[in-house]
Amino acid sequence: MSPELVIALLAAAVQAGTPILFATLGEIISEKAGVLNLGVEGVMALSAFAAFITCHLTGSAWLGLLAGGMAGTLLCGLHSLVCQVFLGNQVVSGLALTLFGVGLATFLGTPYVGQSTEGFAKIALPLLSDLPVLGPIFFRHDVLVYLCYASPVAVWFLLNRTSLGLGLRAAGEMPAAAAAAGLKPQRLRAFGVMAGGFLCGLGGAYLSLAHTHLWTTGLSGGRGWVAVALVIFAFWRPGRAVIGAFLFGSVMAFQLRLQATGTNVPSSLLLMLPYALTVIVLVFSAARARRSGAPAALGVNIEPED
Amino acid sequence: MNLVIRKREKSLGWGVLVVYLVALALALFVCALLLTLSGKSGMGGLAILFRAAFGQGYSLLDSLVKAIPIFLCALGVALSFRMQVWNIGAEGQFALGAVGATWAALTFSGLPGFALMPLMFLCAMACGGAWGLLPAALRLRLGVSEIISSLMLNYIGILLLEYLVFGFWKDPASFGFPMTAEFSSGGQIARIAPGVLGKLHWGLLACPIAGVAYSVFLSRTRLGFELAACGEGERVARYAQLPYAFLVFLVMGLGGALAGLAGSIEISATVGRLQPTVMVGYGYTAIVVAWLARLRPWGIAFTAYLLAAFRVGAEVMQLEMQVPAAIGPIMEGLILLCVLAGQFFLTYSVSLGRAPKPEAACPGGNGAEEARP
Repeated sequence: MSPELVIALLAAAVQAGTPILFATLGEIISEKAGVLNLGVEGVMALSAFAAFITCHLTGSAWLGLLAGGMAGTLLCGLHSLVCQVFLGNQVVSGLALTLFGVGLATFLGTPYVGQSTEGFAKIALPLLSDLPVLGPIFFRHDVLVYLCYASPVAVWFLLNRTSLGLGLRAAGEMPAAAAAAGLKPQRLRAFGVMAGGFLCGLGGAYLSLAHTHLWTTGLSGGRGWVAVALVIFAFWRPGRAVIGAFLFGSVMAFQLRLQATGTNVPSSLLLMLPYALTVIVLVFSAARARRSGAPAALGVNIEPED
Repeated sequence: MNLVIRKREKSLGWGVLVVYLVALALALFVCALLLTLSGKSGMGGLAILFRAAFGQGYSLLDSLVKAIPIFLCALGVALSFRMQVWNIGAEGQFALGAVGATWAALTFSGLPGFALMPLMFLCAMACGGAWGLLPAALRLRLGVSEIISSLMLNYIGILLLEYLVFGFWKDPASFGFPMTAEFSSGGQIARIAPGVLGKLHWGLLACPIAGVAYSVFLSRTRLGFELAACGEGERVARYAQLPYAFLVFLVMGLGGALAGLAGSIEISATVGRLQPTVMVGYGYTAIVVAWLARLRPWGIAFTAYLLAAFRVGAEVMQLEMQVPAAIGPIMEGLILLCVLAGQFFLTYSVSLGRAPKPEAACPGGNGAEEARP
């Protein structure tokens, strides 16, 4: 492979990794607060549509982005309602959310299949984009990618350097102790799920506004599930999530490139790559993730006291 | 005055039915609202749903045919949910079952039906079971969450099926369509009475057999009791020295075998060959069914039929009202969400009133951390 090709591939990897990173960070916030959200796939699908339709109707990509984030927040609010208020099983509620979200996105989006939208244009950052090698890989993208560079730091700061983050982690580790300390673990959890939903929504919005610029069904294509897996790979740390997202971005970009160049490897086998890689990544990180990282009360609802 | 929430001391009895009906009504109401918002007739949609479930003879039979694979998959899923093992891989196990059965049907096409059919079922159950055992092994040996691995195996299983059908199993006489050659007559399940009972086929027999085996296993065998005891969670099970690892393997293997059986019955009875269009998400519907039925066999039978009927209804809506097919999963997701919320009222009673003063503040509040099954 020529150097130009490698650089183009890595730049594509950054783009493919961006929605995954947003979603992974969102899921990290939610799980740190103690709520397992298996609805990410549905959230991404629905917010991709919300972003698309808003941008399509108003012509504003920023409004579209906001709509994507809000759609994520609302849908995760539903998860929060079922799990925090009605104490529903988090695993099952998340699955239901995925069914509902993907279904709703397909349902509402059917009349718009194949239509395109302006979305975000690529902006080459001055000076930085002229750097050799690094410039074309990292600094000639759309503004969402740049936003994505800042987001792991922001999430890390929120979780580790603010009292809100401390409260969130307490609600995820030991809600009873948090309540005894005068916090409101229920509300903190609801906030965590919905804030995480907003980030997942941004990931979904990226898909329609910056990745494809057009609406098709099945836009999320399993990325939400990859994000759920990457949270474990990342040991619930924003920094490691970056590595995971970039790794998956690379594989997806590589697979697309191979398909485009027309190899004789059947496309079904190429499409398997990201899913197989998800399992492999889990195999290599599960043991350590068990020992360190998992919030103690993850997936366990807070029951009312009698 | 505020809301007082208490754990119920005795079960709700018939109230359970009320809770379920209200949840179902709420979900269907939202669906009708969606239909209305998208410019279709909401009431017309609901009418079609109920016609499919309880109305005309033809769609009743169609619903019953669709209920067969859903019922079998749901039994398998329910088995693992009983011990809080989250097998959501029924869809992939279904695909592998179809692949296994196809291999047998294409390889031994000369055999008569009484030999070929059991062979197909066996291969299907072995393949589906193996696909289920994989996440179990990863979970027990390496601590990999079975939720994600079994889900990923769904995608991989379906792609494997497509790879085979697009590749070297493709029928040269299919004019480029992705499908295998039609199975020999020995490899096809016959219809019971084509004139009277429509598409209903002998595969239906598998349902009562599997259902009875499921209830006998759970209520009459030692392993079944141990399995129920494991429902309290892994730590409890290990503490009580139950064979936890063995049971995980067992439920995942059996669940996979049941889904695989469903896959082989589905292809052999409805299309008589393997083609990617057989993957329509029965494995996901099965999860909804298992949970709605609270993992009980009769409940699973009834709910499988109901959701199969809603699938038929969604198809009719698609044909008659040009409603996108996605209304099906929307309905399933909404029903599940509403029922999950409704199940709260089965465990807790809510009343208006002053909270009684606790006699002594209980320290720690250990009860707050138990997982709710």
